[in-house]
Amino acid sequence: MAEDAHLRVLNSPRFQELVRRRSGFAWTLSAIMLVIYFGFILLVAFAKPLLGMKVGGGVTSLGIVLGLFVIVAAFVLTGVYVRRANSEFDALTDRLKEEVQ
Amino acid sequence: MRRILWVSALAALAGTAAHVGLAHAAGALEGQVDRQALNLAAIVMFFLFVIGTLGITYRAAMQTRSAADFYAAGGGITGFQNGLAIAGDYMSAASFLGISGLVFASGFDGLIYSIGFLVGWPVILFLIAERLRNLGKFTFADVASFRLEPTSIRILSATGTLVVVAFYLIAQMVGAGKLIELLFGLQYLYAVVIVGVLMIVYVAFGGMKATTWVQIIKACLLLAGASFMAIMVLVRYGFSPEAMFADAVRIHPRGDAIMAPGALVSDPVSAISLGLALMFGTAGLPHILMRFFTVSDAQAARKSVFYATGFIAYFYILTFIIGFGAITFLMTDDSFYHAGPGGVINRVGGLIGGTNMAAIHLANAVGGSLFLGFISAVAFATILAVVAGLTLAGASAVSHDLYAEVIARGRANEQREVRISKMTAVVIGIVAIILGYVFENQNVAFMVGLAFAVAASCNFPVLLMSVFWKGTTTRGSLIGGFLGLLSAVVMVVLSKAVWVQTLGFGEALFPYDNPALFSMTIAFVGIWLFSKMDSSAQAKSEQASFDAQYVRSETGIGAASAHIH
Repeated sequence: MAEDAHLRVLNSPRFQELVRRRSGFAWTLSAIMLVIYFGFILLVAFAKPLLGMKVGGGVTSLGIVLGLFVIVAAFVLTGVYVRRANSEFDALTDRLKEEVQ
Repeated sequence: MRRILWVSALAALAGTAAHVGLAHAAGALEGQVDRQALNLAAIVMFFLFVIGTLGITYRAAMQTRSAADFYAAGGGITGFQNGLAIAGDYMSAASFLGISGLVFASGFDGLIYSIGFLVGWPVILFLIAERLRNLGKFTFADVASFRLEPTSIRILSATGTLVVVAFYLIAQMVGAGKLIELLFGLQYLYAVVIVGVLMIVYVAFGGMKATTWVQIIKACLLLAGASFMAIMVLVRYGFSPEAMFADAVRIHPRGDAIMAPGALVSDPVSAISLGLALMFGTAGLPHILMRFFTVSDAQAARKSVFYATGFIAYFYILTFIIGFGAITFLMTDDSFYHAGPGGVINRVGGLIGGTNMAAIHLANAVGGSLFLGFISAVAFATILAVVAGLTLAGASAVSHDLYAEVIARGRANEQREVRISKMTAVVIGIVAIILGYVFENQNVAFMVGLAFAVAASCNFPVLLMSVFWKGTTTRGSLIGGFLGLLSAVVMVVLSKAVWVQTLGFGEALFPYDNPALFSMTIAFVGIWLFSKMDSSAQAKSEQASFDAQYVRSETGIGAASAHIH
């Protein structure tokens, strides 16, 4: 890429808006995933009895419910990101490309 | 060694119910498994799979001309197909048999592994996938060497790739040999040679296109088979998981303890270290990262992660049900066990073939011998598909990174580069057969863990830092990356799994099961520190070119359409 071309993109307000919105979103979702996962791992390490606690009056334990929750959360979070990225962020990127080309 | 004699293969083909008999064979060798009588149903079904995939390979070979065809299937894979292929790379025999076996043995603990393997995916999507695509062409080294000095960075990335591929491959080859010996009644060496030869054919002739389709077909077969098993288990309990859990707690010798965390994760440091290796190792596995270049654009790359996460999540839920199903179906049936001294049956460890065979026995219990043959064939196909992907990743590291960039200094012609890649695939296949043979009686269980630890401590930090931190320099990446690689390997060697269980020394010198917490820290701190200390002119110019890389990694502007030819 020519030297000035990337500077033009870099200084474009649209580029800065795209990067700000997307990184904010991506890092927030990553943080949520990390907190959920390492929260679960720390419970496994430090609170074994808590995870063995029964829920719903049967033998099903809190650990199994939380474990399934982590699995579902991972899937839902990717869905949330893809939905927004494939519409909003891609539209912003396309407009940016038109602008600089 | 106890030798299991299953009902004759012809009867199995005719679909008659299997009868499991036991016979005793003396002269056990360490590490040897129960070999089963020739299982024709499984062999016929596997044969059909091989014929089908060789047909696909032939077609793919006809269409494979350019380097983009060979390394990236010409960018012609859709997001959905790629999602299946990625999930296929993940649904290895180890995760299907290993995790369901772990659930069978200790219940809840199996879930800890599945979750760790899964949660890397969202993070790859949010932080890596798109940037990888925007900056790279065929391998992750393309990305790391975008603004850093290509020769040394490619040597580092290729080393990281080959080390990961080597350990992963040895584990798969040995696993394949044992599994096939057990399931098909074939000799260990034959099994290893069959796997090696087929993977050479897929990769050398069909490139990424064949490798991807083999993976997709196998993923569909495995998902279908596992779904059938899970449904058959749930039908028995009127689709009530609670009823299934209650029955399992009643039957399992550990009783209610299987519903809570047990001994698998013993101390917090090991737990966190394992979590880090599983989560970030995925983001450094070369054969997985390559798959992001096989789709046409960033949208498709994102979609493929979404589908892959869905399939993998679904698959792990299935293995959990299969593990519990194995408890309730198998533990009440003596025919799945061999009795210990005095006729006492150990309901966990006494399972014929070991706990890793829980899913295979359950297939027999819910679907009869024909379905058992199907699942056995799928397990073989699974190994084949995974080793093919690994071989392609290793071959690409040699041809695209080492040969084209380091040896030919970027002046290689494309045809020659692809030819080198094919030759490398042949060499890797032969080496894999030899290593598989050499390691037959070794404990290789730690090798997949080691592959993940190296991926998380070398490939991933180099990739992440080069893309996200402006200050990263070549010298910093080189020193930090190699330190991460070395420390991961050394700590694994000094840990219990190798130092005590494999090498036979008394006390482990490294007290934790997994090094990732320490080796990742070493890698990141190393890259940061040695980049900071690097005040060379080269470092200045590398830092100055961050902006151009940043623009392209965020937008794809300036990226040649490398994926479409």
